[in-house]
Amino acid sequence: MTRLSVLKTYKIYIGGQFPRTESGRYYSPLDAAGKPLANVCLSSRKDLRNAVVAARKAFGGWSERAAFNRGQILYRIAEMLEGRRSQFVEELMLQGAIEKAANQEVDLSIDRLVYYSGWTDKYQQIFSAVNPVASSHFNFSVLEPMGVVGVVAPQNSSLIGLVSTIIPIVAGGNTVVVLASEKLPLCAVTFAEVLQTSDVPGGIINILTGTEKELIEQFGSHMDINAVLYAGDTAENYKTLQVLAADSVKRIVKFKLNPSDETAENPYLIQDFQEVKTTWHPIENIGGSSSNY
Amino acid sequence: MSTKQKDIQIPDFRFTPTIDKVGVEERVARIQTRSIKGESKIQGMKMVLNMIDLTTLEGKDTPGKVKQMCYKAQHLHEAYPDCPTVAAVCVYPSMVKIAKEALGNSNVKVASVSTAFPSGQAPREVKIMDTKFAVEQGADEIDMVISRGKFLSGEYNFVFDEIAAIKEACGKARLKVILETGELVTLDNVRKASEIAMYAGADFIKTSTGKIQPAATMQVTYVMLMAIKDYFNKTGIMIGMKPAGGISTSKLALHNLLMVKETLGENWLDNHWFRFGASSLANDVLMQLMKSKTGVYQSGDYFSLD
Repeated sequence: MTRLSVLKTYKIYIGGQFPRTESGRYYSPLDAAGKPLANVCLSSRKDLRNAVVAARKAFGGWSERAAFNRGQILYRIAEMLEGRRSQFVEELMLQGAIEKAANQEVDLSIDRLVYYSGWTDKYQQIFSAVNPVASSHFNFSVLEPMGVVGVVAPQNSSLIGLVSTIIPIVAGGNTVVVLASEKLPLCAVTFAEVLQTSDVPGGIINILTGTEKELIEQFGSHMDINAVLYAGDTAENYKTLQVLAADSVKRIVKFKLNPSDETAENPYLIQDFQEVKTTWHPIENIGGSSSNY
Repeated sequence: MSTKQKDIQIPDFRFTPTIDKVGVEERVARIQTRSIKGESKIQGMKMVLNMIDLTTLEGKDTPGKVKQMCYKAQHLHEAYPDCPTVAAVCVYPSMVKIAKEALGNSNVKVASVSTAFPSGQAPREVKIMDTKFAVEQGADEIDMVISRGKFLSGEYNFVFDEIAAIKEACGKARLKVILETGELVTLDNVRKASEIAMYAGADFIKTSTGKIQPAATMQVTYVMLMAIKDYFNKTGIMIGMKPAGGISTSKLALHNLLMVKETLGENWLDNHWFRFGASSLANDVLMQLMKSKTGVYQSGDYFSLD
């Protein structure tokens, strides 16, 4: 007797759980041959709202965590991804990649996670400063995470695009709500399973699937999203984001690198979603002493 | 015992009706599937705001915190026109005077917890003094706690007499009796405690102190509403209801209102008969109202701190 294979339900990831979309709608992305790959959630604006609520709730704990511990957790994601590499390779191939390219993409994703896990307790030293001032103050500037960051992941990449955009943001202590690639969403959902089995607390990374067209306005106008990284390729959507962001004065950043490029990683991508806090700390007059800051 | 109750036959509390837990859960689950939209949602949310007892009951409360909360009680969100005020503020007895002064002659009432809140583990004289102090300081409403230990060991008369004694000490102030359902273990006990409180002279019955989890679950509130209904049918006396603790979203608050309307009817949809004890609910409702007005999801950054 032939066995009916059990197909996986691709659900969204909000607050560490896998709910179905609130709207109950689905869409079927196609493979290269035009065959439906799977049924994937078509997220609505209410799903986005729920994800933002979860991200906001998780922000306090995540940003206050020791930087070193954030690094450990990101490293743990890399470990878990390594353990499930065959599944990712398989999904990448389902979505049209050849085996060699698929393997390379998974390798690069793991390496990129390790790369940013190393930066969590180092970017602060690079970008912070002690500022020379004329008064009796010790004046210093440090980076602080912005809060909840929305991400529109690259359309033409399933895994590496997702990792390259969201990981620097969470490495810097932000929480994210990411809209995965519409055409290539499978790895995003499987990546959520990796996150859940790593030590990543729920709500730090929330993953939605669906269309840019439907959600872009909500990403722009939602008052509780502090910044958005746009890695899509529709100029019109980018413009919509910028216009709607005016109301909440949120920062809009465009992701300009090619994520599949080995060099598409640097600490400036962490800095993109940091605010600078400058502190004037009164001290005794140190004029005349040898240190002249 | 108050005059209105002298003709009422007091039942034997050992024989109060038992509760069908599965039935309650099903009923509540059905109510929670309802969706309230559009204009009725906005009306409902304004009603919710007007029913809130804005509460701060912490060891770290200061006069400044209480004054700030009293200001908020009267000016929930300036950016929203025609915003109602809340029903009352709820504070510890030591803060009643400050709250009373801060509220001036606005319509917002001052409720004070008393009787050695939240545990209630003090002698009766102390509890009566506590209550009298709060009333003298100007409290319009008293939120007392029952002696759960005595209740659980079956000393229903003790609990009854205590509530009656506090009611007497309240004078003109309305008495809310906190059952602390999270410590009563079963729904049967909730029903029993509700009846004891109502027959002993409570003006309101209230679920919880907010210090114990679980607090005001829909199931518990439903059982208490049904007890109020049965009491009303027997005696013709209306008793108020106040779920407190754990109601922090407008959706849950609206479901509570729905439940009140369907069990007790529209007469109870008024802040004289129904209240929410909450601290963070007001901001969530305000954010929803602003969302309906602007079409944009809101952020807590633009609303006052609780």
